[in-house]
Amino acid sequence: MPSLRIVLQVFVLLIGMTASTKAGPYEEALPKFAADSYADTETALSAIANSGHARALTVVEALRDGRLLLGAGQVYLKEVSGTLIDVATGQAANPTGNLKPIRVNNRVRRATEAALGSLTLLSADPATRLNAARAVFRSRDVAALSALERAIAQESDVHVRDALEGARAAIILSKPDALISDKKAAIEILEARGDQQALALLTTLPSDAPPELVKAAGDAAEGIQTRLAFWNALQNVWYGISLGSVLLLAAIGLAITFGTMGVINMAHGEMVMIGAYTTFVVQETIRGYAPGLFDASLFIALPLAFLAAGTVGIMIERGVIRFLYGRPLETLLATWGLSLILQQGVRTIFGPTNREVGTPAWMSGALEVSGLSLTYNRIAIVIFAFSVFAVLLLVMRYTSLGLYVRAVTQNRRMAASMGIRTNRIDALAFGLGSGVAGIAGVALSQIDNVSPNLGQGYIIDSFMVVVFGGVGNLWGTLVGAMTLGAANKMLEPYAGAVLGKIVILIAIILFIQRRPRGLFALKGRAVEA
Amino acid sequence: MTTQSVLDKQSIVVLSLLAAVAVLVPVLNGLAVPGSALHLSDHLVPLLGKYICFALLALSVDLIWGYCGILSLGHGAFFALGGYAMGMYLMRQIGPRGVYAHPVLPDFMVFLNWKDLPWFWYGFDVFPFAMLMVLLVPGILAFIFGWLAFRSRVTGVYLSIITQAMTYALMLAFFRNNMGFGGNNGLTDFKDILGFPLQSASTRRVLFVLSVAALGAGYLLCRWLVGSKFGKVLVAVRDAESRTRFLGYRVEHYKLAVFTISAMLAGVAGALYVPQVGIINPSEFAPANSIELVIWVAVGGRGTLAGAILGALVVNAGKTWFTGALPEFWLFALGGLFIFVTLFTPRGILGAGQGLWERAKQMLGSKPSRSSFSGGGVVP
Amino acid sequence: MSMLKMTRRCLIALASAALVSGAMAGAAQAQETIKVGILHSLSGTMAISETTLKDVMLMLVEEQNKKGGLLGKKLEAVVVDPASDWPLFAEKARQLISQDKVAAVFGCWTSVSRKSVLPVFKELNSILFYPVQYEGEESERNVFYTGAAPNQQAIPAVDYLAKEEKVERWVLAGTDYVYPRTTNKILEAYLKSKGVKSEDILINYTPFGHSDWQTIVADIKKFGSAGKKTAVVSTINGDANVPFYKELANQGIKATDIPVVAFSVGEEELAGIDAKPLVGHLAAWNYFQSVDTPENKAFIEKWRAFTKNEKRVSNDPMEAHVIGFNMWVKAVEKAGTTDPDKVIDAIVGVQVPNLTGGVSEMLPNHHVTKPVLIGEIKEDGQFETVSQTDSLVPGEAWSKYLEGSRDLIADWKTLKCGNYNTVTKKCGA
Repeated sequence: MPSLRIVLQVFVLLIGMTASTKAGPYEEALPKFAADSYADTETALSAIANSGHARALTVVEALRDGRLLLGAGQVYLKEVSGTLIDVATGQAANPTGNLKPIRVNNRVRRATEAALGSLTLLSADPATRLNAARAVFRSRDVAALSALERAIAQESDVHVRDALEGARAAIILSKPDALISDKKAAIEILEARGDQQALALLTTLPSDAPPELVKAAGDAAEGIQTRLAFWNALQNVWYGISLGSVLLLAAIGLAITFGTMGVINMAHGEMVMIGAYTTFVVQETIRGYAPGLFDASLFIALPLAFLAAGTVGIMIERGVIRFLYGRPLETLLATWGLSLILQQGVRTIFGPTNREVGTPAWMSGALEVSGLSLTYNRIAIVIFAFSVFAVLLLVMRYTSLGLYVRAVTQNRRMAASMGIRTNRIDALAFGLGSGVAGIAGVALSQIDNVSPNLGQGYIIDSFMVVVFGGVGNLWGTLVGAMTLGAANKMLEPYAGAVLGKIVILIAIILFIQRRPRGLFALKGRAVEA
Repeated sequence: MTTQSVLDKQSIVVLSLLAAVAVLVPVLNGLAVPGSALHLSDHLVPLLGKYICFALLALSVDLIWGYCGILSLGHGAFFALGGYAMGMYLMRQIGPRGVYAHPVLPDFMVFLNWKDLPWFWYGFDVFPFAMLMVLLVPGILAFIFGWLAFRSRVTGVYLSIITQAMTYALMLAFFRNNMGFGGNNGLTDFKDILGFPLQSASTRRVLFVLSVAALGAGYLLCRWLVGSKFGKVLVAVRDAESRTRFLGYRVEHYKLAVFTISAMLAGVAGALYVPQVGIINPSEFAPANSIELVIWVAVGGRGTLAGAILGALVVNAGKTWFTGALPEFWLFALGGLFIFVTLFTPRGILGAGQGLWERAKQMLGSKPSRSSFSGGGVVP
Repeated sequence: MSMLKMTRRCLIALASAALVSGAMAGAAQAQETIKVGILHSLSGTMAISETTLKDVMLMLVEEQNKKGGLLGKKLEAVVVDPASDWPLFAEKARQLISQDKVAAVFGCWTSVSRKSVLPVFKELNSILFYPVQYEGEESERNVFYTGAAPNQQAIPAVDYLAKEEKVERWVLAGTDYVYPRTTNKILEAYLKSKGVKSEDILINYTPFGHSDWQTIVADIKKFGSAGKKTAVVSTINGDANVPFYKELANQGIKATDIPVVAFSVGEEELAGIDAKPLVGHLAAWNYFQSVDTPENKAFIEKWRAFTKNEKRVSNDPMEAHVIGFNMWVKAVEKAGTTDPDKVIDAIVGVQVPNLTGGVSEMLPNHHVTKPVLIGEIKEDGQFETVSQTDSLVPGEAWSKYLEGSRDLIADWKTLKCGNYNTVTKKCGA
């Protein structure tokens, strides 16, 4: 980690002028670690952080990462490279006996973060400075005020400076002896910041604050609240879209098979499950043989999941469904039987417990856009769902397979008379639908359990989407999924998750009475027998 | 087949078998010396009673699926509602004998700090009222649901899916503790029915006989229905709904009537089931249960009534055996059964047996006869 | 051909049914072994948790047999699968007791399965050992509760958060069923008695297997940024936990901001999650796999050897079965018989070492004494014990924080009653 070294050097240079190297707070604090009690560790930590000692930052970081070790009452530090040094002297050490890391709990961890915040305010890396500013904002540590002032004075990055000023404002507002005019300025800065934390600061002024300050804070809080309400509504829309895309992914494969063949594939959920387990197997293999590829694991899993689920799908069609032509209700029962077998099969092979599917680094965390917080995994799923939808739309529109599938959907007998081998189209459509379910499984493995019950959780929802949207038209599935997703999320804050779902189910039942063939029904002239 | 032939050959066989069971089981359990080879142990009586209730439930499904082509994947809901109505009666019978000794409120309400009995629990301490509700609650739900669905001609797979949505919605609703039906734990720890303790062997025997009697009566009712002109129209609706409509029949009225009757039968089955197994909880509403019971009918042979009874008994006996002897394989067996039956024996055990019988007769040279069975293979 | 197959299938089914009933009829067989019933779901939704408990029981039985069995006889485990189906639990319990004549049953996980088998155990007078933490509000003569009662898990956890993390605002999030409902009722009353205001408590219920946590996690975040230290007390059940924790991690809620203390998340559940983003979140149990005692080390070694799996984890309900089984063995030895009445009398007061270095005792209310451990999740999915009660906490059947049960006590030794009302001085009134 060269950047760390640079940081360190900068830090040493800055601190070097003020701190002396004789036995000071740093050396006095060290023995406190030896007790390995959380309270003592915390005191030692803050003493070290404020000591201004050259190795302070290294020690704090080592404590955070579990690299601060204890052996026979002595504290050692294992550098990232693996060499051990004696913390007191800074010399390389070679202790005998067992070394165990100093334990940390949440309290210590919090203190570590705060300490790191004030220690890295002047780091060379803007991202580190930004994190530091946020940490200080949270800790509101008065001791960091002078470092903060210095950092603001020399900050060149606008973004970071805003964060730094926010942190200063937070400290000033909660500092009892700050000037009223400073506090007022702080309130203005916080109002401009306009987020939930700023609001919290503004609404929790101490009871003895002067009335003019209380009024200013109240006005500012009100402004923030109006803005937040707007962002909340937008956030809810986003949740709706993201739930909608999950439903879209789960249902779109079903829509294809249902549309062309008029059968409901009750084993559809298990195709999703197969996709998810494929992801698991791919990740296990990567962990075992090529850990470097982990971030690409999902991309490797996608085609494999498509193939695995698609193959199983074609096997199901050739082995079972083609014998049940014209008997949609029997198909429903047979595929239900298949789903039970697939579930129990997976349970036998992989065990009944959840399997761990990791999240690649690029899918972790959240993107903060003003008042919106968009998690990366949801963004990825929304984009992915829409891409799958677009690709399928293109396949249906511009490939011969798509043409045949559409022909069979609209009028099977006519299509057969025109020379389309409807049998083959059925098998391929079923394989395509199942394959799409498989890649949906890759995406769902990121947000849900990978267990034998995975498919069961989505099957009823996917039915609802397909039935609501109508068959034979992918747009129907899209509209269906998005409507249900949005409706669910709109209802949830008022009715709660369970009642919201019940209301939606009843609404669908009633809707089907109005439009028995769904939103986008295919218009045809055939009278059903 | 005419209305006079309600007591045809099949019915006589079914009814006499049921009568034999109704006599033998209590006698072997109550009179035979415990330990002797003839003795039927106490734990088998409620178990067999449970099978009989499932048979009645399967019968109700066969009535609509086998004769009218309505595949309900939510019939478990009517069964469970009947069961809840009975459970509420049994709950009120506990009275002050609950652990908190509250004179009126059931235990689960006491420890969640409920103050008053919710309005929908009123009247359930009166047996006749509770029994009326056993019929009415499933009946009314089926009527409303059917009225909406059949009027707008929701058929086939769509109907199956929305019946599933119905039972799923009910399951979620009953899982909610705020609904006042005991949430996930449901209703349990019953003490007695009409003053007779539920734990006693003699009460169990009576409940068993009652279940068999209900099954017999249900069978007769269905046999009479499908033998009448009404039944002929049902079969016509199953085989060609549009044609029947064009002939001037109000198809939706027929469907609605038979759907409601079937739901009430399911409700009765549920009501008899609850005192014998001792618990009713929302998992009875699970869509998987409703699908499983359809396969009982398919195994026995749809559209034969007797087949539904046979199928329910065979599959459930198999389940009892498998979950004891080969627990890991139960789902494989059940899943395989679904596929096997739909692929190879669409007419079920009875249909297959009957086909075999007729072929044998043909080979022996006697002239083939059409029995009262309607073919099960025809589907709308 | 197909018909022949069908007939054969049918015949097999009939034959097996006949076999079963035949076996039942000829019940009076010479008993050379003592049978122990194991009633845990091996299929269905609960298989995920219960299968391991079956394995633990098989191991304990095998081990006891290696030590020479019990009362000079070998033990024999009878395993059945109630398939996560609650009425089936009652049916299988009845089968175990009256057909297989087991001396005691170890089983159940969910409250509803316990409620379902209760009448059977009372009627046929047998013994059930129930190994899972539960909502309390029950004490039956035939049941021994070796898992935690709410006062052995929930209340100490809240105390820890209030003291160590200075938490002032509480989110009580749970799955909508009886255990979270009751636990949250108790906690709400407890917190209010400690001076927490109503607006500082947020209660939220979700259905089983809830998977879309976006809105709720956002609500928690909002609730937690009101300037007071906030914590989440989670009674979220099983499958819903993975998406919940994933959403927490993604929305950037770290344990240092809003810690989550869970009562239903153990080593088994964490084995299915990437634990790195969860570091620092807490759980309260009476046992952790990471507990550093010789007893625990020996147990884990045996467990891994038995399952032939070097990575097999252990968890709290497993320890509860170990305690329960050892107590039963001691009680049978003390009584000199497996007769349920004698064992029920003998077992009260029996003491066996638990795996965390203490000695647990069976109390007259049929609950046991246990230490309460609070642990923080580590990167490897194990727990770091951050707090442990000084002495063992006796389990309370009836909570003093609930209106209905305030006056009730359970004592099967002297009062012979599970719900004795101390005000009216009557049993069950």
